[in-house]
Amino acid sequence: MNEAEAKTLVLDVLSSIAPEADLAGLRGKVALRDELDLDSMDFLNFITFLHQRTGINIPEADYPKLSTLDSAVAYLHR
Amino acid sequence: MSEPAAGRAFLTNLYPRIVKPHGAAGVPPNLPDYQQARSAFTWEAARALLDGLPGGRGLNIAHEAVDRHALGSRADREALRWIGRAGGQRILTYRDLKAATNRFANALRSLGVQEGDSVFVLAGRIPELYIAVLGGLKAKCVVSPLFSAFGPEPLATRLGIGEGRVLVTTEPLYRRKVAALRPSLPKLEHVILVADEGDAPTEVPGTLDWRQLLEPQSPDFVIPPTAPEDRALLHFTSGTTGRPKGAIHVHEAVVTHHITGRYALDLHDDDIFWCTADPGWVTGTSYGIIAPLTNGVTSVVAEAEFDSATWYGILQRERVTVWYTAPTAIRMMMKLGIDAVRGFDLSSLRFLASVGEPLNPEAVVWGQQAFGRPFHDNWWQTETGGIMIANFVAMDVKPGSMGKPLPGIEAAIVQHNTDGSVTPIDQPMVEGELALKAGWPSMMRGYLNEEERYRKCFIGPWYLTGDLAMCDSDGYYWFVGRADDVIKSSGHLIGPFEVESALMEHPAVAEAGVIGKPDPMAGEIVKAFVALNPGFSPSEALRRELLGHARKRLGAVVAPKEIDFSPGLPRTRSGKIMRRLLKAREFGLPEGDLSTLESDVR
Repeated sequence: MNEAEAKTLVLDVLSSIAPEADLAGLRGKVALRDELDLDSMDFLNFITFLHQRTGINIPEADYPKLSTLDSAVAYLHR
Repeated sequence: MSEPAAGRAFLTNLYPRIVKPHGAAGVPPNLPDYQQARSAFTWEAARALLDGLPGGRGLNIAHEAVDRHALGSRADREALRWIGRAGGQRILTYRDLKAATNRFANALRSLGVQEGDSVFVLAGRIPELYIAVLGGLKAKCVVSPLFSAFGPEPLATRLGIGEGRVLVTTEPLYRRKVAALRPSLPKLEHVILVADEGDAPTEVPGTLDWRQLLEPQSPDFVIPPTAPEDRALLHFTSGTTGRPKGAIHVHEAVVTHHITGRYALDLHDDDIFWCTADPGWVTGTSYGIIAPLTNGVTSVVAEAEFDSATWYGILQRERVTVWYTAPTAIRMMMKLGIDAVRGFDLSSLRFLASVGEPLNPEAVVWGQQAFGRPFHDNWWQTETGGIMIANFVAMDVKPGSMGKPLPGIEAAIVQHNTDGSVTPIDQPMVEGELALKAGWPSMMRGYLNEEERYRKCFIGPWYLTGDLAMCDSDGYYWFVGRADDVIKSSGHLIGPFEVESALMEHPAVAEAGVIGKPDPMAGEIVKAFVALNPGFSPSEALRRELLGHARKRLGAVVAPKEIDFSPGLPRTRSGKIMRRLLKAREFGLPEGDLSTLESDVR
């Protein structure tokens, strides 16, 4: 998956969890939980959906690496 | 849905009892012998552990939490050790905390805020929140902390019911959630915004800047005479129907906060205590602010949300000795596995406690494997103000049980009789409603402006908790479920009515039914069933629109996590949505008696 695809995927998953969010204005380096008002269950769902859509196994220890838009995109297309 | 009681007895034996070593080396427990402590206990003796206001002027929570230590040998001890999200630290000694809370109390006075006025606090876990709560108590205001993840609608409801005159919050939260509500909150006169440390003062029309307001204030303040029955705290909780209820607590509650800190959390003089709960919920106030401070210990406040590596880092670096956390967090740590704990030196930990929802026995036992100590579950509610039933440090733990009643607390499992009375059930492991003998210091004194709902909580001498439970032959209590439809998600009570009402505001929604769906992490998650108005049809786009609509109004913690479309919702003949039936269908449970059902929509 290239970077653009990864970003599209992340944004699509986020919009299914927080459809009210203004994703166009999302700042790449700020924690998603703050930017989008996600609670801990939302964040777990975010990881679960990414896994379901990509098949990429995301071990729990890596969760912090997906905490911002930029870092999540980087994680998926590395 | 109830099984014969005999069928449940096995629950108590699924996991072996964790036997506590007696007379072991280390810190002697505050409550070494449960039975003895229970029979010797009096509330008068518990009250005598506190100082009272100088000159016999009464009892004020903030004096017990702050001033009496600042005036004594603990003055230069760290009261709050705040760890910012970015890793920065701010330390407030008891002396610092006294001056800061005095400044805030003086600021309130300078604004003309009177005794009895409500001061609301809406912020993440920042030091100013703690200062505002304690300073507000000094000024004898009624303080109500709100959860910062609430959306505008829950905030408007609570600020409206509580007739908030002052709100302390931050600029981002104000802009996102409160500014648009101002016209509908005529009683809200003063909004005080806290800027980030090092940032310029906030300049938002219609608001005041915290630092500019506090800086000119005197660090001296004399707490006015405070009667133990004077109102102190307002904590909102949710019922099945109607608006959220504002449970009123009085200054005398501090007697319970203090003694439960000693007995249920085993707080000792030199402890480093960390309660992970947010002060927006009652745990984060009673045990995140008050109890550790009245006991004179150092209280760690972490701004960051749950992340296991961050949390283990805090436990290690701050040398936390007593840790009070919640089942959802524990289950997330379990998911991460024991290996993630291994790299950390957590040898300072002495006592681990959990509250929020029943802690599953696996999690109790996991505490032993991961930290060398079991998690000690305890039970209480917004209405009880403090811990009522607990697993104590010197008592064997039966994994899955909430433990035994605190000294001074009489609990019972009661059955409801046809004449409206209740009778305690004597046989062990028979399901009934958990009840507490009314009259302990931190018992709520009312629901604000809801006398009728308050009265309904009491029958005869008993306060009825709304929780179904059982008591075994050793006197350990076991949680069974809620007696009503209130949803318990990640330890937070969520009223289905509040969620249904928000969904109903959307033009597409004809009716909505909201239930708690069991979830391995959160205990329950909020699930909504909606029936659509003519002209609307189910689609993924509409589902997302409804979800977004609910999240915008309610905030992430209250909004549904799942929305299903349903052609119609089952109602009773009187028109009430049968959430019990929605739940039964969702999980394939027996549906029970359907004789009052209006429409069957399968």
